[in-house]
Amino acid sequence: MQLIPNIIFSTILLISIGFFVRNLKRLRRNINLGRGQTEPINNKPQRWRNMIRIALGQSKMVRRPIAGVLHIVVYLGFIIINIELIEIIIDGVFGTHRIFSSMGVFYGFLIGSFEIFAVLVLISVLIFWFRRNLIRLKRFYELKMIGWPKLDADLILYFEIVLMSLFLLMNATDVGFQNMNNGNVISGMIYPYFTEFSIESLHVFERTFWWLHIIGILIFLNYLYYSKHLHIILAFPNTFYGSIENKGKLNNMNSVTNEVNIMLGKSNESEISEDVNFGASDVKDLSWLQLLNAYSCTECGRCTNSCPANITGKKLSPRKIMMDIRDRIEEVGKIIDLNGSFVDDNKKLIGDYISEEELWACTSCNACVEECPISINPLSVIMDMRRYLIMENSSAPGELNNMMSNIENNGAPWPYNQQDRLNWNE
Amino acid sequence: MSKLKIKTVEDFQKEGKSAEILFWVGCAGSFDDRAKRITKAFVKILNSANISFGVLGKDESCTGDPAKRAGNEFLFQMQAMSNIEVLNSYEIKTIVTTCPHCFNTIKNEYPELGGVYEVYHHTQFINKLLEEGRFSIDGGTFRGKKITYHDPCFLGRANKVYNAPRNLIKKIDAELSELKRCKSKALCCGAGGAQMFKESEKGEKEINIERANEIKDNPAKIVATGCPFCNTMLTDGTKSFEDNDTVEVFDVAELIVKAKDL
Ligand code: SF4
Ligand code: SF4
Repeated sequence: MQLIPNIIFSTILLISIGFFVRNLKRLRRNINLGRGQTEPINNKPQRWRNMIRIALGQSKMVRRPIAGVLHIVVYLGFIIINIELIEIIIDGVFGTHRIFSSMGVFYGFLIGSFEIFAVLVLISVLIFWFRRNLIRLKRFYELKMIGWPKLDADLILYFEIVLMSLFLLMNATDVGFQNMNNGNVISGMIYPYFTEFSIESLHVFERTFWWLHIIGILIFLNYLYYSKHLHIILAFPNTFYGSIENKGKLNNMNSVTNEVNIMLGKSNESEISEDVNFGASDVKDLSWLQLLNAYSCTECGRCTNSCPANITGKKLSPRKIMMDIRDRIEEVGKIIDLNGSFVDDNKKLIGDYISEEELWACTSCNACVEECPISINPLSVIMDMRRYLIMENSSAPGELNNMMSNIENNGAPWPYNQQDRLNWNE
Repeated sequence: MSKLKIKTVEDFQKEGKSAEILFWVGCAGSFDDRAKRITKAFVKILNSANISFGVLGKDESCTGDPAKRAGNEFLFQMQAMSNIEVLNSYEIKTIVTTCPHCFNTIKNEYPELGGVYEVYHHTQFINKLLEEGRFSIDGGTFRGKKITYHDPCFLGRANKVYNAPRNLIKKIDAELSELKRCKSKALCCGAGGAQMFKESEKGEKEINIERANEIKDNPAKIVATGCPFCNTMLTDGTKSFEDNDTVEVFDVAELIVKAKDL
């Protein structure tokens, strides 16, 4: 009988981890549907530094001071309070109670800081909720953000509120812990409200809060895959693999280099690979890094908020582009789950999700790339889709066709003769 | 206006000499009336510093940037490869250009295709001349005047060149009055990504108007920039002010020429 809670706990834990691993595998499979990445993964030290600075150190977040500081609090709180998870899991599996409490003062110091962080997180999350729902910051609202993205953003905040409250309540109703008077900095203030209950009911309370807390955490863990909150994991690989070259550099397509070399007589036909299609019309034409980008997107809207096209009322929104990719890759993933392999569903990223109008509005200004707190590059996706429109679909706006034929015929985007290149000095 | 002293790299080759730098003029600098004035201003600076420079003249062709950003990688690489062939045949080592788009393309995208050069934006090159003591700027007509600066995307965010142009504005003793959105947060003028060559998509307003309004809110009556396309966009944008609120748009090189009365 004694062992029943331990067995239940271990079973729940294993099932949650199992689900989580299954989703991670699905994630990896979907990301690997993408093509190879042109930028070599060289200069690892620089990449590690980027990851430590941008993802771990949150360096980009403080470009917006208020949101930045609040986010750092929630993030630190999340990491620090989760140390307590080690104790909770050991207690759960082996039926112990506060196994680390024998560490004495140090234990008090740890739990004390967790409790303080829990309160700070609660405050920050409440401010986030106010910003999102009462002040209604423009950045959180656009067509794409209606429905699940909005609910998702709120759910995450509710999760945090519930988990932090349960953590404090669990400590407050733990009579043994309160009597130790070691680390109960916050819960010690809540405890007096419970003193009228008997020791037995307090114990029931404590157990209930304890179970709800850990089950809540396990649910949250499995919620990640379906949420923008996935960024708490993917921000790390994303900042590691993110480009370390000058932002102005747009990759040279190797497949095109081959063709051009043939045309210029520098190489022969045999070297080119068959069935290359130029540019991207669907998720499978994008690189794995671009797909990883899409899964990592926090939907924060910093990109869209600084996009000159979006600011002046054009349809283009770099955030929407990233969210569309994730929606589409999920759709493709589901088809594969159902059929074992991909079956054409007559849908494409271009057309069914992203319109040509959006793509042609981009000025390639790199503001979105600069602003993204986790090194996502919406511009590279836009460029790859333009490449498809021009090179596979020949559907450029007419004026651009004029510009291009000018370059082709007289080496300038305007119809001036190349022989007249020195006339500026007349 | 009298003709400026210029030589093509071909002229140098015929004399059995080589120039210190190649001045890559660019399409706008060669053909656009407003941008030609920037080209001339920079040549005056080069001449006053006694720099031996050559231009490609009729051997110069579009770098391919607008084609690449429109999505035509094919046309871009055709342009790139034939330009690289020309540049390498003249054994060019150092290139200076007044256009951030040419600068970005030659610096970042040509090396993989076989074109490896030391590439400078003219504001960087003028700073280099100052450092080496080959050119000097001390104050002049703009002393104490407020000047603001618009960061071209392809110079600023794309290549992190923020200080070179600002340093030159300080050298002419003007008071730099920054725009609200500046440096890495600067707002685009609206021309990049081949937008220069087409009408913009449907929206509430034009990007250059949005930027011009921001410039209008700045106390400076002169806006400096370092890109012929930004120059055109901002000139058009600021012209739209109804109240004859005159803001003048100049390239940093033009300001130096005026300051020094070259
Ligand atoms: S690069 Fe394109 S999508 Fe990104 S901010 Fe600039 S205009 Fe918008
Ligand atoms: S791409 Fe980056 S900046 Fe844009 S919404 Fe996603 S995380 Fe935010």
